[in-house]
Amino acid sequence: MPKRGAPPEVNAGSMADIAFLLLIFFLVTTTIETDAGLDRMLPPIEPPETDVVIKQKNIFEVIINKNGQLFADEELVEISQLREKAMGFLDNGGAPSGSADYCNFCQGSRNTSSSDNPTKAIISLKNDRETPYGTYITVQNEIVGAYNDLRNREGQRLYKRDFTSMEAAYLNPETAESVRDELKDKVKAIQDLFPQKFSEAETSNN
Amino acid sequence: MSKFSKKKDGELPAVSTASLPDIVFMLLFFFMTVTVMKDSSLKVENILPNANEIKKLEKKDRIIYIYAGRPTQEYQKVFGTETKIQLNDKFANASDVGDYILQERAKKPQELQNVLTTSLKVDKYANMGIISDIKLELRKVNALKVNYTTYDGDAFRNLQ
Repeated sequence: MPKRGAPPEVNAGSMADIAFLLLIFFLVTTTIETDAGLDRMLPPIEPPETDVVIKQKNIFEVIINKNGQLFADEELVEISQLREKAMGFLDNGGAPSGSADYCNFCQGSRNTSSSDNPTKAIISLKNDRETPYGTYITVQNEIVGAYNDLRNREGQRLYKRDFTSMEAAYLNPETAESVRDELKDKVKAIQDLFPQKFSEAETSNN
Repeated sequence: MSKFSKKKDGELPAVSTASLPDIVFMLLFFFMTVTVMKDSSLKVENILPNANEIKKLEKKDRIIYIYAGRPTQEYQKVFGTETKIQLNDKFANASDVGDYILQERAKKPQELQNVLTTSLKVDKYANMGIISDIKLELRKVNALKVNYTTYDGDAFRNLQ
């Protein structure tokens, strides 16, 4: 039999079936992972020096009770005010201008009854066993946010770029090596200006 | 007149289905690139809280996962409604966390063993008590790098 003008078309209906099978396989066996969160360092189990003298004014104590109420620096505050208060504490720079601890980039109120300079300022977080985890995360978020806002301010002042964007670019494995090396020094410099001295005390059983 | 074929009356041309597989393949490629193979199915309720000061966990091979929350409906009859910890695929107690971390650490290559991060995926309605127990166990085995895994969003929505 002579061939027809055009060869017969391949039936494409079964291609869709193959594609559906593969699609169903992937739908069933994979998940869209959440892979971001608040990075924290836990304190080591034996404190390195137990008898370092820390002045009371250099500690900012945050306590959350089981109802989710917040005590910051001995007064009852709303969680929405926490970020400002933490920033005020860290940025205070209470050391007088002649002394070795003076910080010249602090823009806070320079109150002598609050922290001396950001490298000595410690924030300590304490919570109850019945505190809901969501509230705890909100408080952590606000405190980490206070550190990030101050570091961003310094990043803009020194390098005209937000600290968080520099850090994200540095951590991203896709950026070029040379760019990452120069970012590394800048990121470290800003981290040293406002070190994250944020510790978590043992929980209580109120 | 022979160049133009007679117009068919009333018959619609058949719709070509050759492009249907293309649409399905596009969906397939989307799923292949965006998702990861699950390594354990969740037996606990795990609605993560929101936070916006988050950092991405880049390297999947340096992460150890710990899930915590109330057991899902089908496990509630056996395991109750208290917050529980899930490690890999099984329920566990806080005291098992230390051994689990040491096991996972031993499975990793030598140079990665000191830079492992523990990702805590905890339901937002869980209580802090069990979390403090987990943190104490982590400190005992010196797994100090911890990431509280959350969704990206406004943190104040956790308070409702």
